[in-house]
Amino acid sequence: MALCVSGLAWALSGCGEVWNDPYPAAERGQNILYTAFTDRPKHLDPVQSYSENEITFTAQIYQAPLQYHYLKRPFELIPATAEAIPVPRFYDAAGRELPANAPAADIAESVYEIRIRPGIRYQPHPALARDEAGHYLYHEGGPGERRTLYDFERTGTRELEADDYAYQIRRLAHPALHSPVFGLMSDYIVGLKEYGDTLKAAAKSLPPGQWLDLRQYDLPGVEVVDRHTYRIRLKGKYPQFLYWLTMPFFAPVPWEADRFHSQPGMAERNLTLDWYPIGTGPYMLSQNDPNARMVLTRNPHFSGETYPCEGEPGDREAGLLADCGKPLPLTDQVVFMREKEQIPYWNKFLQGYYDASGISSDSFDQAVQFGQSGEVSLSDDMKAQGIDLQTSVSTSTMYMGFNMADPLVGGLGERGRKLRQAIGIALDQEEFISIFLNGRGLPAQSPLPPGIFGHRDGRDGVNGYMYDWVDGQPQRKSIDVAKKLLAEAGWPDGRDAKTGEPLVINLDTTGTGLGSKARIDWLTKQFDRLGVQLVVRSTDYNRFQDKIRKGAAQLFFWGWNADYPDPENFLFLLYGPQSKVKAQGENASNYENAEFDRLFERMKAMENGPERQAVLDRMLDILRHDAPWVWGFHPKSYGLEHSWVHNRKPSNVANNTMKYTRVDPALRDAKRAEWNRPVRWPLFAFAALLLALVWPAWRHWKRSEQARAVEGQA
Amino acid sequence: MIAYIVRRLLYALPILIGVNLITFVLFFVVNSPDDMARMQLGAKRVTPEAIEKWKAERGYDRPLVWNAEAPGLAKATDTILFDKSVRMFAFDFGRADDGRDIALEIRSRMGPSLAIALPTFLLGLFVTVSFALLLVFFRHTALDVGGVVLCVVAMSISGLFYIIGGQYLVSKVWNLVPISGYAPGLDAARFLILPVLISVIGGIGSSARWYRTLFLEEINKDYVRTARAKGLSELRVLFRHVLKNAMIPILTGVVVVIPMLFMGSLLLESFFGIPGLGSYTIDAINAQDFAVVRSMVFIGSVLYIVGLLLTDISYTLVDPRVRLN
Repeated sequence: MALCVSGLAWALSGCGEVWNDPYPAAERGQNILYTAFTDRPKHLDPVQSYSENEITFTAQIYQAPLQYHYLKRPFELIPATAEAIPVPRFYDAAGRELPANAPAADIAESVYEIRIRPGIRYQPHPALARDEAGHYLYHEGGPGERRTLYDFERTGTRELEADDYAYQIRRLAHPALHSPVFGLMSDYIVGLKEYGDTLKAAAKSLPPGQWLDLRQYDLPGVEVVDRHTYRIRLKGKYPQFLYWLTMPFFAPVPWEADRFHSQPGMAERNLTLDWYPIGTGPYMLSQNDPNARMVLTRNPHFSGETYPCEGEPGDREAGLLADCGKPLPLTDQVVFMREKEQIPYWNKFLQGYYDASGISSDSFDQAVQFGQSGEVSLSDDMKAQGIDLQTSVSTSTMYMGFNMADPLVGGLGERGRKLRQAIGIALDQEEFISIFLNGRGLPAQSPLPPGIFGHRDGRDGVNGYMYDWVDGQPQRKSIDVAKKLLAEAGWPDGRDAKTGEPLVINLDTTGTGLGSKARIDWLTKQFDRLGVQLVVRSTDYNRFQDKIRKGAAQLFFWGWNADYPDPENFLFLLYGPQSKVKAQGENASNYENAEFDRLFERMKAMENGPERQAVLDRMLDILRHDAPWVWGFHPKSYGLEHSWVHNRKPSNVANNTMKYTRVDPALRDAKRAEWNRPVRWPLFAFAALLLALVWPAWRHWKRSEQARAVEGQA
Repeated sequence: MIAYIVRRLLYALPILIGVNLITFVLFFVVNSPDDMARMQLGAKRVTPEAIEKWKAERGYDRPLVWNAEAPGLAKATDTILFDKSVRMFAFDFGRADDGRDIALEIRSRMGPSLAIALPTFLLGLFVTVSFALLLVFFRHTALDVGGVVLCVVAMSISGLFYIIGGQYLVSKVWNLVPISGYAPGLDAARFLILPVLISVIGGIGSSARWYRTLFLEEINKDYVRTARAKGLSELRVLFRHVLKNAMIPILTGVVVVIPMLFMGSLLLESFFGIPGLGSYTIDAINAQDFAVVRSMVFIGSVLYIVGLLLTDISYTLVDPRVRLN
């Protein structure tokens, strides 16, 4: 064992003055941003990647034509690879061009013409490698003995062309790829659905494994005008389309990459576009081990983008404009380490091995404290380490949905409506947020979170059916009001006024475990205040989803993260034709209100302005009156960062933000050394303990070996 | 012996078929192919057409076990069960639901799993056997009683406590090793020290008590008395005679574990960020990836059968009276 201790000391002595550094010694002092990921990304192909853990990578690698301004709020679209924000041209059914202010009903087609900046180049990639004669080096012959993309000896690059954007839009319809937005985009992009059918038939006629060249088939909705210009034709008017142009779904993919990866033997070695992205963005994936470590390295061909010089008020004072005009990205590498458990992640952040971290419930009390008036600040330990706290309200909404198709809690009649309103008042969201979320939430007054057009602050934004405005702030209506509403709904004291039967409401949930039990107990108590019996039907996620799809649930928890910062992306969750039961859409409550649906269709096609605000006000009023949801909360996100991290600004919509972050590696190294000095005495104490155990054993053995069978003889 | 081995391998076939069948039934009782498709396609904007397409591509659009519409033998063969299970007997695991090659993934993850499991196994065996022999050496003394109490205390503590406590004390407070992570090659050593140490310490309690009981049973036998009467030292008695004769029950528990070392450790790998097969299995269960789950269960079954066979063979090595017929 003493040998083991020596071995331990030897193994660690190679780590320099810090023994617990999880990174290679060669990375010390480098301009690297360290972060973590929990779930391995399933898809890195931009046609498929959609979830947060995927887009975190793809958004840094691929460049869509547009992006969000990093600092300005409300969110503002700016060009990325495009030269300017495209202004749509509108046409009627006869093909005549209409003025920009033409009524949406008259518009049969919108055309977006996008011109990209010349001179943008792809990252080095073997799919683009050519010999002197211009022939592609690796489009024939398969991978050979090569195991990874990095084993290919030569790489190449070429200029980004409009054709690459058109090619990616074609890929949305590829029969072997499953783009989550294909269904939605088929409704808008002219001919995309038919193009999908054509590709499906073409794929069937090809021998298995043969490359399907998408350029061979015509897609009328996408036209390449010249080398740097392309047009997208949409059915009708769809102003939200510009937001889609910020996402990797509309990023460029060179046809060569598809050709390269389609060779026999490639997929067997995971040499696919889903595993090895190819982009024009600030970073490229240089290490791809999603089980342990993924590394983004500066794309040597990326240029032309600089740090913004203007933001919103307060940004200058916060130091967010200090890097104005500097070329992006500001770090050479981003290292993502896989951390499946929160405890090691948190401890490594405190040791300085991660540059930033969220705050889990387990570590909340260690990180954050509340002042007497409820203001949030960092704990003294965090302040002593120079850690900064950033808070923001997410562009998300969490709610408890009523199934409007249910005969008891659903329907637009007075009985169901008053019952829902009563429950909405009784479920005290302020208390829920305080108990279960450590205050990290904002009680919702409607589906629209702050920062989304249509949301109103102050008195104008209060849900008058749930709150009163008292002393300059909203105050939840009393339980007596809820009881009165319940009685008016025909359930005085929670019993049927006619039969005396108790009112029983079923909650379907996926929650199990200790935390869920506490939440369910709290909910049951809230319903008890109304005299209503709550029956909790816990089930697994699949069964739960199944119940929602079939409309078999009565009350359920649900939530939505915005795809883009537009009210349409929240209110479509209550649009009748999106009903889960009828159309397998995203309206899980199956809410249908003819006036709301009419207004939604109108609002959707409107530009932001007073007229749209008025329509939104009316829509929100309808929702508050009908109460298809218990208006839950908008989560607040709390983030921590070390003193050597600069320029981080919370953004729940933009994903390509890593290029703006700057780190001070010298300060980081100094702090790491200061915080992680090895404590050596336990090693010596351990060795001494072993000796203390062995010594009496040895003495005992020696004594017994030398002892005589009978004392006093010889 | 060869005939015995061949016979045992043939017995393994129905066992593997049975295991396969049970995995299939258990998995599809909880999940349907639709659920699997939804899990892969994500929660947002999934259309029924996309689900059908996903299922058709992966062969999940067929009946589970019986295809009444198919002709002849295809009634049984044109099913999910047949298609997904038979290929595994040729160790062709196919692709995970996210499209990645399972065999490739298993090969790349086997190394990290072994890197943690093998030293844990060897060091653990050495430490627990030595500790048990030490207790036997001091039998009926205060040290023996204290040791047994320590074992009971150690085995009463949750494995998770050892992990979290060990990470906090050794890595966070004393800053001696990294909390979690992994690196290939020799650099892996500094990431493996703590999990191996924790595994060994966490396993001492139950194993040492068990081995102590075995050794105590042997130490009162006549041949031990004879050995002592010959004048052999107590150490020689313990290591040459007692240990050798207590080997059969020890081997029963130990050899069967050796092939299973490839399968990795679910909890340790997760907390220490070791990219091994244990975490692969957990990820697959969470992602409802039937292709991976059935492959891992199949490999686990094969390794377990191999382990049992090795155990039988090892008996003949330590006890010449045992014959494999």
